[in-house]
Amino acid sequence: MLTTGFALAFFYAPVDADQGIIQKIFYVHVPLAIVALCGFVAGGIFGAMHLRTRDARWDMRSYVVIHLSIVLAVGVLITGSIWARASWGQWFVWDEPMLVVFLIVFLLYATYQPLRFSIEDREKQARYASVFAVTAGAFVPLCFGAVRMAENLTHPQAATMTTSGPASVTTTFLVSLVGMGLLFVTLCKYEMASKNATAKLRSLRRRLAGDDDFVSTAGRSAAPQL
Amino acid sequence: MDALAIAAGDGYVAGAYIVFLTLILSYLAIMAYKLSRIEREVVEIADIVEGRDRPVEAKPARAKEPVA
Repeated sequence: MLTTGFALAFFYAPVDADQGIIQKIFYVHVPLAIVALCGFVAGGIFGAMHLRTRDARWDMRSYVVIHLSIVLAVGVLITGSIWARASWGQWFVWDEPMLVVFLIVFLLYATYQPLRFSIEDREKQARYASVFAVTAGAFVPLCFGAVRMAENLTHPQAATMTTSGPASVTTTFLVSLVGMGLLFVTLCKYEMASKNATAKLRSLRRRLAGDDDFVSTAGRSAAPQL
Repeated sequence: MDALAIAAGDGYVAGAYIVFLTLILSYLAIMAYKLSRIEREVVEIADIVEGRDRPVEAKPARAKEPVA
């Protein structure tokens, strides 16, 4: 799906009259940003579910979703910088609210892993991380909503791309967005499967060694344990 | 001049897509490494379980020998 989206971007969508070929960066940059931000919000929702049910699987989901969103956010910042350099002649523009807000959100979530790592007790780690995920998850739509409602922006809007452009641009953008979403879900499931397998293995080792005399060889970790 | 501008823009566009690809491939490579570690552990545990089961299976076989 994502490959189709990128193929459409290069062979179907027209070259933008205003920005030229560099507008094609948006077909990777904007879906990445939307999916990463949705991931942060989803992490908050999973965190809330963990606080409500005390089920460790929700904490695991929250962790995986936030972890992957941070990876995508790195991509958003780099592709955005490349576009800014091509379009504005600068890698980063500090008086552009959208860019600065995204950087703040990224830096906020960059503290998520160190926060988890700093707490040794697993129960506390999961609880504090969930509280962080809920608070930061609520902060994301609030920030971007405020920026959208503020003054006219120089940063191009995703909505303009989908509503005012030709149909080919809209179709390409939507295909790329759905493709990016599916990639995100696939990678999440991949990481979840890996984490579950690790947890099962650890439990098997514990049973083989006998619960009483088992000494865990695993060091302190930011990742949740089931 | 336009051709030059498009050529320069091409580099930026290619750069952005390469960054995305590199990011995803790096992530997949790290996950593949973790999966291979899990596989090694599974083999290790399977060996331990086999080692435990072997003496239990061997005993009844010896008991049958005098009868035959």
